Amino acid sequence: MSSTDIAIHQTDMHHGHDEHDHDHDQNFIEKYIFSQDHKVIAKQYLFTGIAWAFIGGFLSVLFRLQLGWPEATFSFLEPILGGWVQNGKLDPEFYLALVTMHGTIMVFFVLTAGLSGTFSNFLIPLQIGARDMASGFMNMLSYWIFFLSSVIMFASLFIETGPAGGGWTVYPPLSALPQAISGSALGMTLWLISMALFVVSTLLGGINYITTIINLRTKGMSMTKLPLTIWAFFLTAIVGLLSFPVLLSAALLLIFDRSFGTSFYLSDIYIAGEALSNTGGSPILFQHLFWFLGHPEVYIVIMPAFGIASEVIATNARKPIFGYRAMIGSLMGISVLSIIVWAHHMFVTGMNPFLGSVFMFLTLIIAVPSAVKVFNWLATLWRGNIRFTTPMLFAIGFVSIFISGGLTGIILGNSALDIQLHDTYFVVAHFHLVMGAAAFFGMFCGVYHWYPKMFGRMMDEKLGYVHFWLTFLAVYLVFLPMHYVGIAGFPRRYYNWTGFETFNIFTDLNTFISIAAILGFFAQFVFLFNFIYSMFKGRRSPLNPWHSNTLEWTTPINPGHGNWPGEIPTVYRWPYDYSKPGAAEDYIPQHIPFSETQSSNLPQERVLE
Amino acid sequence: MVTNIDGGTTSNVHPLKFSLWLIIISILMMFGAFTSAYIVRREEGNWLEFDLPGMFLVNTVIIVLSSVAMQWAYVAAKKNNLNMVKLMVGLTMVLGIAFLYGQLNAWGDLVANNVYFGGSESNPAGSFLYVLTGVHGFHLVTGLIFLLIVLISSLKFKVHSKNMLRIQLCTTYWHFLGALWLYLYFFLQVNH
Repeated sequence: MSSTDIAIHQTDMHHGHDEHDHDHDQNFIEKYIFSQDHKVIAKQYLFTGIAWAFIGGFLSVLFRLQLGWPEATFSFLEPILGGWVQNGKLDPEFYLALVTMHGTIMVFFVLTAGLSGTFSNFLIPLQIGARDMASGFMNMLSYWIFFLSSVIMFASLFIETGPAGGGWTVYPPLSALPQAISGSALGMTLWLISMALFVVSTLLGGINYITTIINLRTKGMSMTKLPLTIWAFFLTAIVGLLSFPVLLSAALLLIFDRSFGTSFYLSDIYIAGEALSNTGGSPILFQHLFWFLGHPEVYIVIMPAFGIASEVIATNARKPIFGYRAMIGSLMGISVLSIIVWAHHMFVTGMNPFLGSVFMFLTLIIAVPSAVKVFNWLATLWRGNIRFTTPMLFAIGFVSIFISGGLTGIILGNSALDIQLHDTYFVVAHFHLVMGAAAFFGMFCGVYHWYPKMFGRMMDEKLGYVHFWLTFLAVYLVFLPMHYVGIAGFPRRYYNWTGFETFNIFTDLNTFISIAAILGFFAQFVFLFNFIYSMFKGRRSPLNPWHSNTLEWTTPINPGHGNWPGEIPTVYRWPYDYSKPGAAEDYIPQHIPFSETQSSNLPQERVLE
Repeated sequence: MVTNIDGGTTSNVHPLKFSLWLIIISILMMFGAFTSAYIVRREEGNWLEFDLPGMFLVNTVIIVLSSVAMQWAYVAAKKNNLNMVKLMVGLTMVLGIAFLYGQLNAWGDLVANNVYFGGSESNPAGSFLYVLTGVHGFHLVTGLIFLLIVLISSLKFKVHSKNMLRIQLCTTYWHFLGALWLYLYFFLQVNH
C-alpha cells in the first residue's frame, strides 16, 4: 500500500499543488470511468440511480395502466412489450414481474445505491474535511460491482421467460421452483446473482464510509461537530454492514435450493401433478432471514434522507437545528430498533402471539425517535427566516410525507390490526409514503442542494418549483386514496380483480390513482430536463450559494481530486451557527475560529477565543 | 494517488486495519445468520442426526497450528528475521491447504455415510453442515490468496519491521478465520 507515499506528501504543502497539476495528466478513462475520486464515483452512482429510477417508474406506469383500466386493450404497448401483450391484454405473469422489478429496482438500485451511494460518497470526504475516501480503490470497486449487478438485473428484463416475478421479497417456495411461474425461471436466477453482487458492492461502500468517518476527519472535527448528514450516513452504513450479509446468507441458501437440490426452504410440495422429494425445509426460515435485512433496509433508505433534510432545513430556515444531540440520539435509537423488529412483517405466518406482542411493542417504540425527529424539524422551521429554495421545498415536503406515512405505521405495527390489513393496498400506501416518496424527496432535496457543488452550476428554480408541486400533489393523490382502498380489503399483487363483486366499486378510484401516478411520472421529466440542461447552461454557482456553514463550500467551485488545493481547513465550531446574535452575517462557517467572531461568542465560548 | 491523510488520522488505528475489522464483522453476521437459521430449523424437528466426521478434530488442530505459525511469522517480521518470515508464512500456507484438503476428506466421509448436500436423500441437517464448512472454506481460500501476496512481498524484502501493515492485516485475518472455525466446530459439537 501507499503508506510511505502518504508520509512524504504530508511534509510539504506545495505537493498539494503538484498533485493538482497531476490530475490534468490523467487520461479520460482514469478520470471519468475507473476514477478513484469520490466525487466522480458519487456522480456515477447518481447517473445510474436516475436511469434506474426512470426504468422503475416506467414499470409502475405499466402496471398502473392495467390496474386503472382492467378492461382496456393495450395494443399500443405491443411495440415496446412484444409478446408480453397478447391480444391487447397484459400477460398476468408479466404483471407480477413488473411489480417485482419495480420494487427491487426502487428499493435497492435507486434508494439504496442511488441515494447512499451518491450522497455518502460525495459528502463524507467534503464535509468531514478529507482528501478522499479511506480506500479509493475499494470505492471504485464498489461502484463497478454495482454496475455489473445493474447490468445483470437490466438484462433479466429482456429474457424470454421474463424477469423475476415472485415479489421483491422473493419468498420461497414460489421463487425456489422454476416450474411454478415463468418469473421463477432464469429471471429469478439472474435476480439472485445480481443481488449477491449488489450486497458485495454495498458492503465495500459501507466499510469505506465508516472507516473514513472514524479515521479521516480534519483537525477539530470531533464527532459532535459533524453535520447531521454525516451522522445519518454513518449509522446507515453500520446498519447496512450488519444486515446485508444476512441477505447474502438467505440468498445463498435460496440459490442452493434452486440449483443444487437442497431443501432449506422446501418441504412437502405437490406441484404440476407431481410430488417433490424435498423434505424438512421451512419457508418461514427464509422470511426471518430476509426481513432481518428487509426491515433495516427501509431505514437504510430513509436515514440518509433524514440527514439531508436536517441539513437543508437548518440552512434554509437560517436557524440552528433544534436538538442537535437529540437528532443524533434518535438516529442511534432508530438504528438499534431497526434491527430487532423484523418479525412485524410476519404477523400472519402463524407466529406465537406472545412473540408477536414483543415485536409489536418494539415496533411501536420506533414511533418515539421518529417523533423526536419530526418535532425537531418542525421546531427548527418554527419562526425561522425561511428561504423557500427548491431544496427547502423538498425538505418540507419530505417532513410532510414522512408524517403522513409514519402515522399509518403506528396502525400497521399493531399485530391485531395488521392481520386485517396485511397484504392490502393500505400497506402499499403506507410504505410508499414513508420510505418511497419520503426517501425520493430527500434525494431530490439533496440533488437540488448540492448540484452547485457537483457541477458548478445552479439548477433552475422555476422548473424546480414546477417539479416540486407536481410531484408533491401526485404523491398525495396517488397514495391517500390507496389507504381507503386498502382498508376496504383490496389485496395487493392482484392482476385482475373485476371478477370480485366486492372490489368492482373501486374501479373509478383505481383509475384516478393511475392517472395521478402517470402525472407524477411525467413530472419527473421536468427534473430530468432541468438536471441535464443546468449542467451545461445553468447559472454559474457562486462559492457558497446557500450561505451554508459546512466545509464543502470552502473548496473551489469545481474541486479537483483532493478537494482542497491547499491545506484542509481546521474546524472550530459546530455546523449550525446560523443567525447567531451579534454576528455580522447570519451564518458562521465551521472553519471560522472563535477569535474572529468575538461579538457573537457566547459566555462559554470566550475561553476558546 | 491522492493522499488521504493530511493532518494525521483522527483515530490511532490505520484506516485499512479498521476496514478489515469491519469486513470481519460482516463475515460474522453472515455466519451468525447461518448458525441461527441452523438452530431455528433444528428446533422444528424432522432433523437428520448423524456423527460429525472425525476429520474435523484433526482439522481443528491443523488450523490452530497454522495460526501459531502465522503469529511466529509476524513476530519474526517485527524482529527483521526475514528468513523466518518466509518460512513461517510458507508453513501457514501449507497448513491452510492441508486444512482445506482435510475438509474435502470430511465431505467424503459424510457422503460415505449417506449424508448428502442436495438431492432427494438430503436433509437440511446435512446441507447446513456443507454450507457452513463450504462458506468457511471459501473465506479460507481468500485468506490463502492474502498469504500468497504476503509471501511474494516477503520474497521481495518488503516485509520487515518498518513495513508491517501488510503482514499485520494478514495475521489478523488469518487468526479470525481460525477463530471462526473454532466457533463453528464447537457450535456443531453443541448443536448436534
